[in-house]
Amino acid sequence: MPGGQRKPKLAVWKFTSCDGCQLSLLDLEEHLLAIVGRVEIAYFLEASRATVRGPYDISLVEGSISTPHEAELIKEVRKQSRFLVAIGACATAGGIQALRNFADVRAFVDIVYAHPEYIRTLREARPIADYVTVDFELRGCPISRYQLLELISAYLHGRQPSIPTYSVCAECKRKGVVCVLVSQGVPCLGPVTQAGCNALCPTYRRGCYGCFGPMESPNPLSLGRRFETLGVPPADIIRLYRTFNAFAPAFREGSEHYEQTSSHAHD
Amino acid sequence: MSKRARTRTINVNYLARVEGEGALYIKARNGHIQELRLTIFEPPRFFEAFLRGRRYAEAPDITARICGICPVAYQMSAVHAMEAIFGVQVQGPLRELRRLLYCGEWIESHALHVLMLHAPDFLGYQSVIDMAQDHPEIVQKGLTLKRTGNDLVEFIGGREIHPINVRVGGFYSVPKRKDLQQFIGKLEQARDIAVELVRWVGTFTFPDFEQDYEFVALRHPDEYPLNEGRIVSNKGIDIAVHEYDTAFEEYQVPHSTALHSRVRGRDAYMVGPLARFNLNFDRLTPTAQEVVRELGFSLPYRNPFMSIIARAVELVYACEEALRIVRTYEEPDRPYVPYEVRAGTGHGCTEAPRGILYHRYTVDAEGIIQEARIVPPTAQNLHQMEQDLYHYAPQVLELPLEQATWLCEQAIRNYDPCISCSAHFLRLDIDKDE
Repeated sequence: MPGGQRKPKLAVWKFTSCDGCQLSLLDLEEHLLAIVGRVEIAYFLEASRATVRGPYDISLVEGSISTPHEAELIKEVRKQSRFLVAIGACATAGGIQALRNFADVRAFVDIVYAHPEYIRTLREARPIADYVTVDFELRGCPISRYQLLELISAYLHGRQPSIPTYSVCAECKRKGVVCVLVSQGVPCLGPVTQAGCNALCPTYRRGCYGCFGPMESPNPLSLGRRFETLGVPPADIIRLYRTFNAFAPAFREGSEHYEQTSSHAHD
Repeated sequence: MSKRARTRTINVNYLARVEGEGALYIKARNGHIQELRLTIFEPPRFFEAFLRGRRYAEAPDITARICGICPVAYQMSAVHAMEAIFGVQVQGPLRELRRLLYCGEWIESHALHVLMLHAPDFLGYQSVIDMAQDHPEIVQKGLTLKRTGNDLVEFIGGREIHPINVRVGGFYSVPKRKDLQQFIGKLEQARDIAVELVRWVGTFTFPDFEQDYEFVALRHPDEYPLNEGRIVSNKGIDIAVHEYDTAFEEYQVPHSTALHSRVRGRDAYMVGPLARFNLNFDRLTPTAQEVVRELGFSLPYRNPFMSIIARAVELVYACEEALRIVRTYEEPDRPYVPYEVRAGTGHGCTEAPRGILYHRYTVDAEGIIQEARIVPPTAQNLHQMEQDLYHYAPQVLELPLEQATWLCEQAIRNYDPCISCSAHFLRLDIDKDE
């Protein structure tokens, strides 16, 4: 629990990832020194050589689980952590690495590597919650640093973080951004995607590509039918659902539906 | 001196203050290195496999996910490669905007490394957090500098990590002149901080260590290189970007999930700020050149620990170049150059903060990617990093173990290694039966 004399100990863990979500912590430049005043950065290898032993009050976990070593390590991290937060699309949905889950990775490693025996990898890249209990998830590819700040701040005050689960459409409407799907016929995942980016892509006049994963009550097939009426071929609808949150159930449902229908078409 | 054989082992299980996961193991006997491994255990990430079957237009967004620290570099190399296939020339304000976006990334990435990752080594701090207690003013200024870079990337690209506004042919939307002008004051302040930073790092003590490097960087007729140029070295390489494979080769080593690189017929080479600086000093702005002359070190710098100076000097350059672009920018008629998709193979090579980043794509007539190849800067530097340690470690072996270990780590951090990037590229020639 926060409070008391001792500053809560914060740890940052990296699994299979691009480092971008943990970088968000360092990107909180103007708040960084204030945060350091309130929490002890106990384990954050990207920033410090010095490490403090666990247990940790709050662990931020970045990345998917994609190797046998990681599958073991995450259990240890769980044991050492009072409050474990999965941060980013890799940690919450397997991220882009989960694209391998739709193919046979083992086979292509074996066939092609000069030395496949050097390579240790799991057949599927999975979110953290598939291995251990996760106390909270911050979505996004990358996460929003404002949501990260809200999370840390909420933790310090012993309250629930306020993170919206409605769609990007709500953000567009609030911001007064003209709908790119309706006005320009641009395929946009906004209706099925969770808010958090402040409607970034539509603001820049492109369609949302789903960085924050499925919103609370998505209907990916209905949106798919809307894309069909725009003339988007099934292969492109599959690509739309299959990027950085491809393995999140709703997006997976969307891509697999079109995979099945297009394979029937070839039968 | 003792006659007894003496074995010393330096073992760093997790390298800190680098991006990604690596480890170092050195075994020495009687002052001679017997075994040295810079182990990269970052999980393999198969990006080149994922790119197959995707649309050409997705390449900048997908490859950005290789690295959260230098996503703009990946986007730039990707769009240049695609534009080479489609015969697109991006000129005028759109070209300038790309340069400006790239300057933003250099500023945030270099400020991060100079101040938060590397400087603590020279001053004996475990981290910037500890350093901030004794040097609050310079840390605060460095954070302001870093924020300016991030603000620039965010403004043009949409957000600082994995920007969304870059596309083949240009951008999805472009800023208005008056909105860009808001950066003038911030960039002037950033430039002044950068100059101060050069002078500050110039006072550091640099270990006595020089090597006869082969420096490799882009070289452009009139600019300090970012997006375009020929690939050159101080030992005779001078090739067009599409000739990359004629000069360099990659090979797999057992202890690394990243491929290593070498110059064909020669050996290791160095890319990154030190290489760029040494090969392109004459292309720096007068302010940047002047502040280097003030320091009084003779050029070229062959001491890898002095890369922190090169990085700081590039901060000055990036701020001034960004200022030039912001001051002269006129909004283009449209946000991107139209083009027609056609089949072909294209190459892109741009200067990521850590050095040249090479992309090659083959797409079919529909624009579907058939083959992708990406060679990130850190993978190119890995062999040189091991060479540095091989030559440097004997100098420090007699020191107390903790100190020797720290100095070896510092020798690695000279390269600002982005291990996350480097490990994504165990090359996969897969799906042959597709």
